Amino acid sequence: MTDPILPIIKSEGETHYLAGSRCGACGQIFVGERDVCAKCTARGQMAAIRLAETGSLYAYTVVERSFPGVAVPFIDAVVDLDDGAHLKGTLMGVDPNPDTIRFGMKVKIAWREAVPVGADKPYLTYVFVPQEGEAA
Amino acid sequence: MSHVYVVGIDMIRFGRYPDRTVPSLAAEAALMALDDAGLTLKDMQALYCGNLGQASGMVGQRMLAEIGQTAIPVTNVANACATGATAFRGAWMSIKAGVYDTVLAVGVEQMGKGLLGGGGGVSPEGLVGSYTMPAMFAHIGMEHSQKYGTTFAQFAQVSVKNHHHSTLNPKSMYRKETPLEEVMGSEMIAYPNTKLMCSVNVDGSAAAVLMSEKKVKQLGLMDRAVRIRASEMSSNPYEERQAAMPDFSGATRVAAKRVYEQAGLGAEDINLVELHDCFATAELVHYENLGLCADGEAGRLIDDGTTALGGRVPVNVSGGLLSKGHPLGATGIANIYEVATHLRGKAGARQVEGARIGMTHVVGGGPGMGTACAIHILEKV
Repeated sequence: MTDPILPIIKSEGETHYLAGSRCGACGQIFVGERDVCAKCTARGQMAAIRLAETGSLYAYTVVERSFPGVAVPFIDAVVDLDDGAHLKGTLMGVDPNPDTIRFGMKVKIAWREAVPVGADKPYLTYVFVPQEGEAA
Repeated sequence: MSHVYVVGIDMIRFGRYPDRTVPSLAAEAALMALDDAGLTLKDMQALYCGNLGQASGMVGQRMLAEIGQTAIPVTNVANACATGATAFRGAWMSIKAGVYDTVLAVGVEQMGKGLLGGGGGVSPEGLVGSYTMPAMFAHIGMEHSQKYGTTFAQFAQVSVKNHHHSTLNPKSMYRKETPLEEVMGSEMIAYPNTKLMCSVNVDGSAAAVLMSEKKVKQLGLMDRAVRIRASEMSSNPYEERQAAMPDFSGATRVAAKRVYEQAGLGAEDINLVELHDCFATAELVHYENLGLCADGEAGRLIDDGTTALGGRVPVNVSGGLLSKGHPLGATGIANIYEVATHLRGKAGARQVEGARIGMTHVVGGGPGMGTACAIHILEKV
């Protein structure tokens, strides 16, 4: 099985998902697994959840220069997931042109295998792609 | 409670000194600050030394090995881009607490060129967005665009302004005018930050001699003293999006609120500001974070010249990190040098006329790390 590029990426059989946590005390949702709430400091209240796979584009940049060996340009996006979590990732399937990328556009998680810089084999990663009906 | 004063302060010209060592750069600024105060190392009771690149390398002790091993306590400090200001604040606190009367603070850095970070190993860069500094600060600008419609040209104008200011500063790395077309047309790094909208990685050092009010009066140094009206710091408060986009605004707003309270002043009392323009996008956002204008008005401030030399509250008249340069550990004390020089009326061609109160701000951090912010308010005596 392909290794995940980040520990928040989990697999159950052929199904992939993003690990999250919900604080039982304040209700805040976090990306990744954790024990203590960074918002309200509650201990022992955190429940493991699977994060939503749809959301909207909050902010982005088009990266034209990156570390050596990384293919550019790509869109580095901050997405507000529909469950209230906030996730960073690469937005694909959209022209990397700031004149046409729209704040608030609806996106969803898709799964890809790709070879990261510094590696000689593919890893499992998530990317954002436009939801159906969004102009690509 | 009595105040703490800066009685000596200086910086080397920022630039590239590949043949020098970190301790030798630190030593040069330290001796310059001592000369400015008219004191010697034997007068110093403690040293706070800020450096990032050799954070485990006891830079303070190695500096003393070059200029005098007087056995004073040395505290070596590392705190991202707030490193120098954290060392300065450590010195301030030690005097404020009544432990010492005379303390030396030094900030120093020797840097390579190009993007920070990107060390070896398997990296998610490109697969899961970007982890570069320009991308991180691009997000902050794009968040402002999303909320208020701020334009690429408005961000670029910050760089035009700061590069212009640097032509008046002999200690700046670059001293070259960059018209708007040139800034916008230079290599795009991470939209909307072009190469000329990214701070310059340089080598540099800066140092300050801090002194208790009692000692300043005893030695008769009040004629060269600058009062530290307030010193504050913060780390990042909990922010919703901090795992996706590191927070620099929340931390700055917290520190700004604290520093105005401590000083008993408001933003309207500030005559000049040296703030953390690590990228052009950051400067506009910090206008609002520091209360220089209401939320959403930063674009107007850069458009109407409020923050240019000659405006109501000039920002980064030194040339800022964008042109003077950003040697990480030195930046915090270099900012204080700039403001102190204006309050002393010794800033030459770039002097902010009638400056009585000035503010310095640094904020640093990185993806998955957190934020350190330090703000000082200085006052003409």
